[in-house]
Amino acid sequence: MNIHKIANHLTELGDESHTGLKFDCFPIDGDVEVLQVNVAGREELPVFVSVTDNQILCISYLWDESEVKEDTRTQMFETMLELNIPMPLSSFAKIDDKYVVYGALSVTSSMEEIEQELSVLSDNCLEVIDELVEFLK
Amino acid sequence: MGILNKILTAFRGGANEVGQNIVDANSTRIFEQEIRDAEKHLTKAKRELTDVMAKEMQASREVDRLKRSITEHEGYATQALEKDNEALAIEVAEKIAQLDQELADQESANTSFSAHAVRLKDLVKKTERQLTDYQRQLSMVKTTESVQKATATITDSFASSNSKLMNAKDSLERIKARQQSFDDRLQASEALAEENSDKSLHAKLAEAGIGEQKSNANAVLERLKAKKG
Repeated sequence: MNIHKIANHLTELGDESHTGLKFDCFPIDGDVEVLQVNVAGREELPVFVSVTDNQILCISYLWDESEVKEDTRTQMFETMLELNIPMPLSSFAKIDDKYVVYGALSVTSSMEEIEQELSVLSDNCLEVIDELVEFLK
Repeated sequence: MGILNKILTAFRGGANEVGQNIVDANSTRIFEQEIRDAEKHLTKAKRELTDVMAKEMQASREVDRLKRSITEHEGYATQALEKDNEALAIEVAEKIAQLDQELADQESANTSFSAHAVRLKDLVKKTERQLTDYQRQLSMVKTTESVQKATATITDSFASSNSKLMNAKDSLERIKARQQSFDDRLQASEALAEENSDKSLHAKLAEAGIGEQKSNANAVLERLKAKKG
């Protein structure tokens, strides 16, 4: 599995995706190759996909530490922990000073599973921001 | 120290700066070497196990053969005694004694092979578990590094394209606004379609002479004639 296979599949899907979403893919070159997946209509919140030896990681950035209201930071953490299990397929995490939602899949996952993961992650990302916006400046 | 602890220590020590490795490359290499060594041990132990199990089977077959041979010779000795041939009976008895000794030797060898096989199976299981654990730990280090590098890649890409990831509130608002205007457009076009289909229905009804009729000149004339008359 690599990001190019995923990109080809998503591009070929066009309007025929199982999830009703349309995906645009932009591979980004670097030390580790990353695929930026834009969901049509949600370009501001892309999903980033990278493939390691044993998993496919899909990450969507939520917000930066600087956007968080300091006085309700602990409450925000608690809310995130409480939402972590109910939120389907995705989990909260923090990379450097950025809060993210992410999903990890096995490298042997099918394209349909990857497609579903991306769609659910994008939905979760939007919903989380909508729900937790009170904790943001 | 567990690997999670190392990763956390590295984070808190500021190793999450772009370009800095979580666990230095050298210790990752040492770790990978340890895994290769463990794999070698495992292969060796598995080969040895196969060997011992084969020997165990051989010994157990030999035990069976000796037991059968002893029974057979006991029969011969009895028959010799029945025929009062003491000399032959003693000769057979000597053979039986020899077979007994061989049987004892084979049985003891068999027991020792079995015990060895059990020990080796245990070792294989332990090594396999250890190997799985090593691989899990290595995968944690590699995933952490990969995520760090992927983040660097994303950050660089946004920096060079002169765009930046917007803050969450603005992103959400823009997406919602876009969705709203899409919904509005959808609603408007639905309303329009409905209106059009209403109109066409009225037209069909009028054509069939059903419903409200448009007044026409003939009708007016008829009405006027009726009044006059």
